Amino acid sequence: MRKQRLSPGIIIGFIVILVWCLLPVAWIISLSFKSVAETTTGSPQFLPKAWTLQNYRDILTNGDFLDALRNSFGIAIIATVLAVIFATFAAYAIARLEFRGKRMVLSLALAIAMFPVVALISPLFDLWRRLHLFNTWPGLIIPYMSFTLPLAIWTLSAFFREIPWEMEQAAQVDGATSWQAFRKVIVPLAAPGVFTAAILTFFFAWNEFALAISLTSTTAARTVPAQMAFFVGPDPFNPPYSQLATAAVIVTIPVIVIVLLFQRRIVAGLTSGAVKG
Amino acid sequence: MAENRLGQKLVAPAVILMLLVAGYPMFQAIYLSLYRYRLTTPGDRSFVGLSNYRVALTDSLFWRDTWNTVVIMVVTVAIELVIGFVFAMVMHRIMIARGLMRTAILIPYGIVTVVSAFAWQFAFSLNNGWVNSWFHWLPWIGPETNWFGDHWHAMFAIMASEIWKTTPFMSLLLLAGLSQVSEDMLEAAQVDGATWWQRLYKVILPNMRAAIMVAVLFRALDAFRIFDNIYIMTSGAQNTESSSFLTYRQTIQQMQLGMGSALSVLLFLAVLLIAFLIVRLFRVDLASARGEAR
Repeated sequence: MRKQRLSPGIIIGFIVILVWCLLPVAWIISLSFKSVAETTTGSPQFLPKAWTLQNYRDILTNGDFLDALRNSFGIAIIATVLAVIFATFAAYAIARLEFRGKRMVLSLALAIAMFPVVALISPLFDLWRRLHLFNTWPGLIIPYMSFTLPLAIWTLSAFFREIPWEMEQAAQVDGATSWQAFRKVIVPLAAPGVFTAAILTFFFAWNEFALAISLTSTTAARTVPAQMAFFVGPDPFNPPYSQLATAAVIVTIPVIVIVLLFQRRIVAGLTSGAVKG
Repeated sequence: MAENRLGQKLVAPAVILMLLVAGYPMFQAIYLSLYRYRLTTPGDRSFVGLSNYRVALTDSLFWRDTWNTVVIMVVTVAIELVIGFVFAMVMHRIMIARGLMRTAILIPYGIVTVVSAFAWQFAFSLNNGWVNSWFHWLPWIGPETNWFGDHWHAMFAIMASEIWKTTPFMSLLLLAGLSQVSEDMLEAAQVDGATWWQRLYKVILPNMRAAIMVAVLFRALDAFRIFDNIYIMTSGAQNTESSSFLTYRQTIQQMQLGMGSALSVLLFLAVLLIAFLIVRLFRVDLASARGEAR
């Protein structure tokens, strides 16, 4: 352990980073407590003149927003669970087994990760309309799964390579059945990696925008980011700033909760395998 | 061999899914790009060969949007690399409040891009933003500066939002690289009388090359695909359209599936070219940089 060298430069840097990361979040929270009247007439000061909860009352009784929130949760969670299951199979094979085509799988994953999502809009728009997947949950879940698979496969195979698999045999030597060995030894070791991959996948699906506005047309499948883009209010030249800010705060709450609970794991997942070699 | 077959079976679902959603539509896009095909007049669909590509590549709009995208990519990645490196140095040295620091750093990463675009749009807005009132002492910013009134101001606002959101991610990747630079080597260099700059250029940066490459590659490709920020902040007004936005507009707003598909193919080729150039520039084998398939 190195000794702490708390030079003034480091402390200033620390404060700069905190302000950098948190100021825009504080701003959007503050905006959500301003009244619509205040933002319509113009309110350039940072904090509200008068704090109000009216925006939250309005947005939480707005049927379209609640539909979008339900779609966002449903689509993101289903896509996450399915992507992580498939990625776990693939990553286990990549980390533990020798098979032909391993390099090809990794190259494919890399190519998909670099794929410009927008390039899929034309063909998917055409295809989904013919297959009646346009404006449905599966219409978004399927592409989300395939775009999150690469990230999930990398994160998981990086984690799986660190697992001491010999312990499985050791447990069997000690009299455990192979199922017991798998459940009692390997699952607890692999669980943190699987969990981390799930968080990163969820963030992607929760955030996605281009497909969400292109492959949906009503609140039957529109997610919150897409709904926010169409949320104009009565006067198209004066967007309801404070209400949009309120929607923004609500859609950010799950992100902040996940970050607060799992920050250590997320950092490990984001940087796993990124620096070796 | 049993292991071979089991391995292939286990990766099959993931591979099929990736091929189905990216591979097949890509072929579909190549096919459609050879047709004149407008959804509003589907009966008018006819084979036109490479004409869509010719139209796109000779259109000044296409090149203007490509230029915008390249400017955004180069400027944001360069700035993010510098700021991200400074952040990583600070985080590497700080030993207190690491949980707080990590939480703060992860919030911009996790936040929805649409939300960050709105936050910055409001911050730069003329009537409701704090940017003008806080920074009016700068000579080029006044209380009446309209950030969405001309090309460069709007580009600045878009890039500010992009940089804010993605610098923390960059700094995390760089921090991971930084923590692999051996302390012994740094101390040896210091004993030998190397200055701070010499240590940075001769020891730290060369040893972080793989991490820097991964960070630059992923961020550059991400920045090249910029869409959400522009859609929310300007909708392409003031000539701020990006290549992705052009593709989206042709397909969804104008229903020109043939031309939209041609633009999709061009976008994909551009991404491949950028990836190729960056990998060449850094001369690092990507598979080994990610620690895979040794």
